[in-house]
Formats: sequence, C-alpha cells, structure tokens
Amino acid sequence: MISYLWPRFLVERDLRRCIRCGVCTRQCAFEVHHLYEEEDWVYSDESACVGCLRCVTLCPTKALVVRPNPTQPPPNANWTTEYLQNIYKQAETGGVLLTGMGCDKGYPVYWDRMVLDASQVSNPSIDPLREPMELRTYLGAKPDSLEVERVEGRPVLHTKLAPQLELAVPIMFSAISYGAISYNACESLARAAAELGTFYNTGEGGLHRNLYRYGKNTICQVASGRFGVHADYLEVAAALEIKIGQGAKPGIGGHLPGEKVTGEISRTRMIPRGTDALSPAPHHDIYSIEDLAQLVYALKEATDWEKPVSVKIAAVHNSAAIASGIVRAGADIVVLDGIRGGTGAAPTMIRDNVGIPVELALAAVDDRLRREGIRNRASLVVAGGIRCSADVVKAIALGADAVYIGTAALVALGCHVCQRCYTGKCNWGIATQDPRLTRRLNPDVGARRLVNLVRAWSHEIMEMLGGMGINAIESLRGNRLKLRGVGLNQEELEILGIRHAGR
Amino acid sequence: MSVGKGISVIRRGKLPRFVEDSTGYEVVLRAEGLHWRELNRLVKREAARGAARIKLEGVCGHRYIGTGVREPVELVVRGVPGNDLGAFMNGPRVVVYGNAQDGVGNTMNGGEIIIHGRAGDILAMGMRGGRILVREGVGYRAAIHMKEYGNCRPVLVIGGGVQDFLGEYMAGGLVVVLRLHGRKGEFERARHVGTGMHGGLILVRGEVGEQQLGREAACVPADEGDLEILGPLVEEYTRHFGGDPDQIMSGVFTRIYPRSHRPFGGLYAY
Amino acid sequence: MLREAVLRDEKDFSACSIFGMMSPSGKRVNGEPIIRAMANMRERSNGLGGGFAAYGIYPQCPDLYCFHVMFDDHVARKQTEEHLRRDFEVCDSGPIPTRPCDGVENPPLLWRYFLLPRSTDDCDIGEEDRVVRVVMEINVKVDGAFVFSSGKDMGVFKGVGFPEDIGRFFRLEEYEAYLWTGHGRFPTNTQGWWGGAHPFNILDWSVVHNGEISSYGINRRFLEMYGYSCTLHTDTEVVAYAVDLLLRRQGLGVEEMAAVFAPPLWSEIDRMEEGKRKLHAALRQVYGSLLLNGPFSVIISNRRQMIGLTDRIRLRPLVVGSGRDFDYISSEEAPMRLLDDTVSETWIPWGGEAVVFELKEEAVPELTVPIEVFRSEVPLAARGTGRAEG
Repeated sequence: MISYLWPRFLVERDLRRCIRCGVCTRQCAFEVHHLYEEEDWVYSDESACVGCLRCVTLCPTKALVVRPNPTQPPPNANWTTEYLQNIYKQAETGGVLLTGMGCDKGYPVYWDRMVLDASQVSNPSIDPLREPMELRTYLGAKPDSLEVERVEGRPVLHTKLAPQLELAVPIMFSAISYGAISYNACESLARAAAELGTFYNTGEGGLHRNLYRYGKNTICQVASGRFGVHADYLEVAAALEIKIGQGAKPGIGGHLPGEKVTGEISRTRMIPRGTDALSPAPHHDIYSIEDLAQLVYALKEATDWEKPVSVKIAAVHNSAAIASGIVRAGADIVVLDGIRGGTGAAPTMIRDNVGIPVELALAAVDDRLRREGIRNRASLVVAGGIRCSADVVKAIALGADAVYIGTAALVALGCHVCQRCYTGKCNWGIATQDPRLTRRLNPDVGARRLVNLVRAWSHEIMEMLGGMGINAIESLRGNRLKLRGVGLNQEELEILGIRHAGR
Repeated sequence: MSVGKGISVIRRGKLPRFVEDSTGYEVVLRAEGLHWRELNRLVKREAARGAARIKLEGVCGHRYIGTGVREPVELVVRGVPGNDLGAFMNGPRVVVYGNAQDGVGNTMNGGEIIIHGRAGDILAMGMRGGRILVREGVGYRAAIHMKEYGNCRPVLVIGGGVQDFLGEYMAGGLVVVLRLHGRKGEFERARHVGTGMHGGLILVRGEVGEQQLGREAACVPADEGDLEILGPLVEEYTRHFGGDPDQIMSGVFTRIYPRSHRPFGGLYAY
Repeated sequence: MLREAVLRDEKDFSACSIFGMMSPSGKRVNGEPIIRAMANMRERSNGLGGGFAAYGIYPQCPDLYCFHVMFDDHVARKQTEEHLRRDFEVCDSGPIPTRPCDGVENPPLLWRYFLLPRSTDDCDIGEEDRVVRVVMEINVKVDGAFVFSSGKDMGVFKGVGFPEDIGRFFRLEEYEAYLWTGHGRFPTNTQGWWGGAHPFNILDWSVVHNGEISSYGINRRFLEMYGYSCTLHTDTEVVAYAVDLLLRRQGLGVEEMAAVFAPPLWSEIDRMEEGKRKLHAALRQVYGSLLLNGPFSVIISNRRQMIGLTDRIRLRPLVVGSGRDFDYISSEEAPMRLLDDTVSETWIPWGGEAVVFELKEEAVPELTVPIEVFRSEVPLAARGTGRAEG
C-alpha cells in the first residue's frame, strides 16, 4: 500500500557548511540522514524525521535546519494536517493512534491565566538573596491539633506525628518507570533528588538494584501491574505510592512491549525477558474505595507504619469527591495528575481528550477537603504540566503542598518533546533501552543538569515569595489571595477561588 | 527669659563650636507640647542664626531631630528622641542623654551622633559618612546597607550587643561591637550577621559563632591591623561613656568580613 | 452598611501604633494615661481608626459576658437582641455612654449587653464555644450588626478617629482597668470603618496589631476549617481567632503559640536538642498555615496576661519596659517614659519571642456580688459605667 503521509518536517542542509562528517547520520536513530561518502553527498529522508533536533544540536558546522513542512493540505479549518495524517495512518494500519509525552492540544493553561501579587510599602518585599527564605516542606498526614505536656515547666510534645517526607524544595520528580526511560535517566533523577534533598518516583517499573542506595530519596510506586514490587522494594523506599491513574491516560492501563523487556528490565520488573509487561486499567484488588483503604493499610502494615502512603489519580471530573474518599481511606498524600501530564506511550485520543486541567482539579480538591475539615489529614501534590517556577508558585498558592515535574525534568536531560517516546528510538538517550542511545546520557551530566534546574527554580521561587512579603513556603500554600485571574470567566474564577485582576 | 513658644532660655555667649575654629551661642529649647515640625523648625532657625549648641529638653518621641540641619551645631537631647534621629544628616553633632528609638542615622552622610543609652532597630541604615557611638546595645538590622564612597567612610561603635541582621547587605564602613553592656546573650543570640555583606568590616569583641553569620560573611580572629583601627575608637568610646580602654582592648576580637564583593555574580542563567 | 464598607476589599491592612500597660498587682487606672500615650504616637496613625481594650472595668459583674455591639439601625439591634435572647439571659442592656467629640463623626449605634448564658442540655459544646458561635452568627447573619467585644469584666472601645478622640468619645476617663491596650490606625487601602478599628476581640482575648500579615489568605482558610468566620477581612481578626483556637480550644501554651505565629527558622530548629526540635518541627508541620508571615507586632491580652510578640525577623517595632506599678509594651519607647518616670529598664524583644506579663495570683479579680443579687438591683446601664463611684 502506498503511504499517503507526507513529511511533517523539512530538513535543510547548507551544503557550503556541511563537511560530510557523518555526525547526523550516526546521531539519528530514525535513520533520516544517509551519508554517501564516495559521492560526497548526504541525503536526508524527511519522512522519518520526528523533529527532535538532535542532529541540529550536534552538527559541528551548524549546517542543518529542521522546520515544519510548509506543504499543507488545502486550507480548511476543520480538516487540518493532523486529522488527515491520523486518518491516513489508521487507514494504512488499522491501528490505534499512539503518542508520547503530554496532551498538546490548546486547552486553556490556567497557570497562564493567573498572575501573582507583590508587596508595595505596607508590607516590605523580602530580599531572598540575603534574608532567610524557607522552602522546606513536609508531606504526610498532620493531626488537627498537637498535645503538648508540661514536664517540669517545659513543654514536651505528646502527639506522635504520622511519618513525613522532608523536602528541601517543594518539587519532586514524577513517576517515570525504568523501561519507559533508560537506566541512565533513572540514575540521573535519583542522584539529583538525593543532592537536592527531594524525591524521585520509580514509576511502576520496579527499582534497579544499583539505585537502592538512593532509597532515602525514592518514592516507590505500586501500580496495577505490581512489577518489581516485593519486600525489599517496599523496604528501601522513603514512601510508597499507589498509582490509580495517570493524567496522560486516565482510565486505561498500558503495556511495555516485549522488545523493551531486556535483561536488566526483566530483572527489575521481575518478569521474563521479552514478554509484554501489561498494566491493567484498574488494580484488580481495588474495585471500590474500601478496597483502596485495604491496599493503603496493607502497605502501611508491610512497612511497619514508617512510611507515608501516597495515592495518585488522574484529574477527572469528580476528582474532589474521589480525593476526599482517598483521604478517608487513609492516604497520607494525594497526587493529582492533570491532562497535560506526560507518558511514555498513550493512545492519542485518550491523551488529548480525557481528563481535566490540573489547576481546576487542584482548586476543587483543596476546597473540598477544607470544607470537610480533612485538609490536614493529607498532603496534596500536583503533576502534569508544570513548566516553570511560576507554575510551581501558582500551584502552591492554589493549595498544593508540592509538585511533581516529569516532562520538565526530561527536558532538562535533553528531551525536545518530539512525542515519540513510544518508538524506543529516543535520540537523546532518555526514552530508549538501546545501549547505543542510552550511553548518550551520562548520569553525571544528567544529575548536574537536573540539580541546576531545580536550584534555579528554587531561587526564582524565593524571589517570588520575597516579592509577596513571605519568607516561608507554608504561608503561600493555599493562599489564593496571592493570585488573580486574567481573562477568566466568573465560573472559572469561582472554581479557582480567586478574584479577577483589578479587584 | 522666655522668648517664644518652646524657647525658654537663650544665652548669648562665645561658645566654641565642636568642629570649627569658631564660636556661637547656646540655646535651650523646650520640646514639651511642641510637634516635631515646630521643634525642628526652631532648631533649624537657631542653627542658621549661628548657635553653637542647642539643648533640647523634654524630648519625647519627636522625630527627625538633626535632619535637614547643615550647620556645624551641637544638639544636646534630653529625653527620648523619636524615630529617624539624624536622618540624612550632614554636619551636626547630636548627643542624646537617654535611649534612642528606631532609624537613628538613616542615610546619614556626615556629622556625629552620641547616644548615652540604647538605640532601636535599623540603626545607621544606608549610612555613608560620619560616626555614631552608642553606649549600650542596639536592635535589629544595625548598619544595614552601610556603605562607603570616596572619602566617606562611616563608623559605628556599639557598646553593648546587637540583635539579628547586623551588617546586612553591608557594602562599606566600619562597625565595632564591644559587648560591654546589655542583657544576657545580647550578642550570642544574634543571627544572620553580615548576611549579603559585600563590603566593609565588622570588629566584635569576643568570639563569634559560625552559626551567627549569614552565608556571605566570614570571620577570623582580629589581627594587628584591626587592633590599630580599634584602639582610637575604643578610646573615643571611653572618653564619651567612661570605662578603661586598656581593659576593653585586652580581650579577644573577631573580624567579620565579606567573602566576596560580588556574592551574587553567578546567580543568573546567561 | 457596616460590612459593605469593608467587603469591597479582600483585606484591610494598616501601619499603626500599639501600646499596652498592665499592673501585675491588679492596680487600676482610668483611661487617661493610655490616651496620652496614644496621642504621643499620633504620627503613626492617620485618624481612620483608634481603639482600646480595658480589663477589670465591670467589677460589679465579672462573671457576665459583656457584649459591645455596633448597629446600623434599630432594626439590626432588634434582630440581634432576638438572637441574643435565644442563648442568653440578658441581665442588662443599654447604649454605651459616649460624648460628642470633635474628630469623631457618624458613630453607629453603640450598645452593650450583660449576658448570662442559658443552661443547656447540649453537652457537646462548652459555654465559651457557644458564645463564640453566637458572635459569629450575629456578625455573619445579621445585616448591620457587629459584636466587637464579648469578654467578661472587660470591654473594647473603638471607632473611626484618632485614638485620643475615640478615647474621649467613649469617656474612658470614667473606666478603671488594670490592663489597657490601645491602637492607632493608619489604614492603607480601606476607608476607615468602625468595626475595622482595633482591638479585635473574641471572649476575653483581644489583639492590637501593627503591620500587614502577608499570609492572611491561608491563615483565614485554615481557621475557617475550625469554624471561624473571618467576616471583617482584616489580618488582625485572624490573629484573634488563631489565639482562641490555639490557647483556649487546643490548650497550647503561650510559648507554643509564639512558635506557631513566629516560628524559629528551620536552620535554628535543626540545631535544637532533640525534644525541643521535635516539638518545634511538629508545631511548624501541623500549624504551618497559622504562621503569621510578614511584618507584625501584636499585643495580645486576656484577663490574666499581656503578651507582646513580633514576627520572626522582626519587621515591626516593639519595645518593652517595666515601671514600679505597670509594665509596658509599645511601638515606641517615648510614650512609656511620658507616662511613667519609674520606668527603669527598656528592651527590645527578639523576633518571635513572646514577652508575657502576668497578673499576680492574688490579684485575680473576684466576683464580689452574687449575680442573682446584682441582677435584681439597679440596671447597669443606669449606673453609667464601671467607674467605682461608691
């Protein structure tokens, strides 16, 4: 069958600059570039190009330009390139459309419709470079009150607090499994989390033995496939996370194709080499909320009640009620993953059409938990589309205790969001298990890049806090007076619990 | 002799000025019942007429004493002067017999302030020149953003202890802390000393704990050079407030200095 | 109208003067000294709010709750009275005595009620909780009514004007108290209104405050979870409720309350010995939403204590001094010296360090007249004020 697809990108090569060195040829796992040495010619097969810009970045003479293909179907507001190409693909293969990373549709990004406050005169803005500025955050259940006894006139704490995670910055690395990404990418995340005093999340792919040493900074996930979940895995973690759903694909499971289940992944996931690793859509021991409670307490019991248990759900229409149930089911942390959250592979239709923006879910959940008087009982973490430090600040002001960053972390490692993670051919050595590709990501460099990113964001967060006259992150948390809406309608303002700018 | 509201006595006389080789007269102003604007207007008027010394009696919370006076006049304050004593001051000498409140010597450029008591918060903020001597302790953020430029090098001598943020953002000048008076722990409890400091020098009698310093400051035992700087200042202090300079100098001193003149050079991405 | 004036803005904040004086031995003075002290700090306010709290002013009936209430009109008053009668026996009521005074314009109706809670079978909720609930209900539900004082043997007097004018308006020279606090207000973003002046009060607790609390948004949302309605949109109101929550309802000590409002930095907590570290870490973890962030100095008082506190990096001033008969807490040193030449020592408390002055044990004001007898006697309103006139 002839493919009706046309290239999405154009690769333009400046022949005066090109020295036929072959770097682009070697760098492209999609085999776009072909060097014909005898003819002193490089041919680029644009139809294979995904636009990841690896060749452009590494070309020593900057001879390459990759840009969207200006060739378009006849102008039509409805039948755009995207829809035509999707239909051609499906007509040619009969398959479900697959994609990677987060939803790229233009749904409103509410972070961009909210602006922050700053002090002028009546309270001084604080200079965060010199004055104390505290970002330390504790995740876990808090009691409604503390009992303090007087012993010989001195106060002694009587209440025993539930286990807490101590974060030096309110930013953690999202769940991304070993399998979805390379070992080197996992190690980069683990080492960065340790150096930063925060946490990364194993995702559902188990924990490689070499990474057990970062256990103090590791949140181990327990998902429906239960890959690699065993006593040591639970024991080494700082906290456990039950994954109910994921923002990129709410309501569905997933699978890691057998080709990716290499020796190391097989050992880590504790499944035979070369078999498909299937994650069912639901946990088959959780068909209702009381079952979730059963699993929460099973994990607590398995770890002597020493670790907080988190429950992650995709942000959906009735997140607020679900979150309330999760808190009442004993979870110490609730994670909300919004529609823009990333994935290694998801059906395009699901990724782009199911779920809601995390900003709205967060506001609704925080409100609901407060109305029910149970907001203290669990911490709230949001994930899915946190792109910069201002997003972090806005999330915390809306009511989050901390955020997870996934895509942003991978971008720090080199990801250019080409959305082809599911191909396993990631030229940046991240979403691949091909040893030729994975060695492109040096964990020393990767960890450094992640640490730099989070440090820089921390500085920026401090600047924003200082501007608001706040010197501890807890005074921002849920402080929606620090936010104002821009261009939002009454309903949106009401859900977000903020006023419009100018009021 | 009463010659107007607020002025009870005027003694015409040949009083030597505190700086110049000239003389003037002394005048006594009674501050009770006067708004600070009235009091300061009288001070400015008398200073312009050539007073060498103006005594201000019954001061109680009157603000901005010494502000806007450029003549080399001595102001002697009895009572508690209000905030911003000597703000933007450039010339006079102010002697306070009592405690001073917040903001003494704010952005002061020249002259002298002698306080026979304590001072409050943000003493010598942004001070660029002149000197301030305080007999006892001071509050928060003393010498914040003190700076020097050209021939201007401000000096602040504190006889007692300090509270947090001494020398914050400090960009120049000299601060001496003698820890001779004050409540228990009045220096030891101080934190964030020299935070953001990028110039100037702080000399402290006794030892300074690492945990007391901000990130941008460091400390070492004072050296000979430091003691040479200290000697005359301690003498000046004891001349005003009493005490034995040799005994004061016999203790250990610590020098607090900025780690860098550009502590935030590496902060930005590109 | 009362509330309309303020609802336009989310939060009212102000830079102010605060002053407190207390006799540990229970010696009473009339309102003149504190009026003079406030006048001395006139620079710090702008005439848009002044007020006082006085403790020990109703010695005839120290066990009755005395509500001071402002009304837009008599409709609001009648509605409020209906409300009050449901939960209380109204032992006496009448207008709060005032005098016309330059600089004090358009006062609302100002009434006071001496109240005895009705006994109830509802054991789940204590008497004080019930009083708090009634105050909240009136303030939220009754349009044009605002309860601004609800303690026993104490009262708040406040309004729009310079504090010295407000003091004269309320004839404070006729009251004698062993503990006075005062406030002069310099509101920056709202027009002054009577209810927005300080002190803020709930039960015996009253708060005067200088500064702006930047964490107001979350302080308020946290308190709402515990049933407090922040009707006034002012940061000081949240301080009063937070005090009530921590000290009265949850039974924490003043020291712990200070560690919640103005906690030590984590770097300091990390250096503490274990027991203390655990306590302070837990206080921050659990009550982080009550951290009062931003510049503040407050004087918190009740019938036994006067507490001074500033924010943890001390961005607002507070000076403390002790004289022969009275202890003082003030924005500035000058006024305490103006009042009292026996003030020997003054000092500046550390940021986050609570300064607590307490009434001596033997100085506890006692109920001298049984309520039953008292109730049948001359109406309180007719006696004018609490002045001891024999």
